[in-house]
Amino acid sequence: MMELICPAGTPAALHAAVKAGAHAVYCGFADETNARNFPGLNFSRDELSASIAFAHASGAKVLVAINTFPRAGAESLWHQAVADAETAGADAVILADIGLLAHAAEHHPDLRRHLSVQAAAANPDMINFYATAFGVRRVVLPRVLTIAEIAAINREIDVETEVFVFGGLCVMAEGRCSLSSYITGRSPNMNGVCSPPSHVDYATEDGELAAKLGGYTIHRNAKDAPAPYPTLCKGCFSSADKTGYVFEDPTSLDATELLPALAKAGVTALKIEGRQRSRSYVAQVVRSFRAAVDAVEAGRPVPPGTLARLTEGQSATAGAYRKTWR
Amino acid sequence: MPLEPMSIALSRLVRRMIRAHPGLLERLGEHGNRRFAIDPTDLPLCLLIQPRAARGTVRVYRHPPASDARIAGPLAALLGLVHGTWDGDALFFSRDLVVEGDTSAALALRNAIDDAELDLGLEISAFAGPFARMLQPIIRFAERRTGLPLRRMEDPE
Repeated sequence: MMELICPAGTPAALHAAVKAGAHAVYCGFADETNARNFPGLNFSRDELSASIAFAHASGAKVLVAINTFPRAGAESLWHQAVADAETAGADAVILADIGLLAHAAEHHPDLRRHLSVQAAAANPDMINFYATAFGVRRVVLPRVLTIAEIAAINREIDVETEVFVFGGLCVMAEGRCSLSSYITGRSPNMNGVCSPPSHVDYATEDGELAAKLGGYTIHRNAKDAPAPYPTLCKGCFSSADKTGYVFEDPTSLDATELLPALAKAGVTALKIEGRQRSRSYVAQVVRSFRAAVDAVEAGRPVPPGTLARLTEGQSATAGAYRKTWR
Repeated sequence: MPLEPMSIALSRLVRRMIRAHPGLLERLGEHGNRRFAIDPTDLPLCLLIQPRAARGTVRVYRHPPASDARIAGPLAALLGLVHGTWDGDALFFSRDLVVEGDTSAALALRNAIDDAELDLGLEISAFAGPFARMLQPIIRFAERRTGLPLRRMEDPE
């Protein structure tokens, strides 16, 4: 059976994910070592230990994301995070930085290592290098590949692959995108925050919702039109004679109906995005996807998804899996 | 209902919640000192909550007062958010929720409340004395008005 990997930004969300049928939950520490470093979110060391004990008692695994890139001179924060994840009993750490991978392989050889999507490993050569050099056992594939490309990669590698099936969609090369830092000086790669809320302002102007990032208005939404996240990649810009979503429409990934094809492509694990979301979101999405995964395993048709109202832009796409982007 | 007794009753309720859920203030961190205006747009009231002031204070106003962060929406959306029925981002996407002012503080408050797993019905029934008698009708009114059951049944394991 394909493994369902579910997000948790808080212990309450982790409990909700496990109760809803998650095979594994991923989470991070409340600092810049993880790529969802938002106010009020994430786990203390004690919370992580207690949450792992709860998950293990329920038969679920916990993967700890330490997937930002350490600052020169401050590596000890990231090294400590890996050590503390192992002490807490984590089933694996999800790493992106090549130096941190080397550190973990050398100092924590028994701690299973997964390659974060932030490493942007999108071809067999890269993946095989990470596997050979650092003993990586699983790679989270970037959201830029078709199913045929994923199948081709799986034929040339010996490590497990994990793919995103639901949630917010990064359209850039993950781990390499600097759009947020152009305006705010902070990025998901280095600080764990894309469009940090400290730089976001909302205002109602002439009946429209104006979202400002670092003082720049990046989109306006008419009354009652769905609102997107305040990220530059989903911003509305004028280019030549056109005004609109230049990079990507505000929409979310939903690959529910593609699960049988992903299983056939040799995918080991399915990842749900959303550590910044509530326990209500986690429970609903995990329950829906667990039913879908069980259906695939039993050879039954995948039940239709009913999660559109939870998604950004309140609309969904199969993303790069079908390569229908403009 | 007069505003002053309501302010006192709600302050006591919030203090009790903060005592019972110490993680609330821990997750709020520095944002616990902010003034949060909680503005149910379908009621002629607005709450100003200061989590760290005097161990938690609430004042009720007829109109939104000056604040660091304002979170506005229909009563059903606000109560559903606190109770864990609805997802905050989904309410934002659908424009049922409006956030103005200090976005970081608003986000920290939402995440802290979500992790606390507040059961509003239970919190109020644990609240003894004359103020409980004042708050019970408010909850019954809120349940009627929003259609939300504000006492959670235990999830099946």
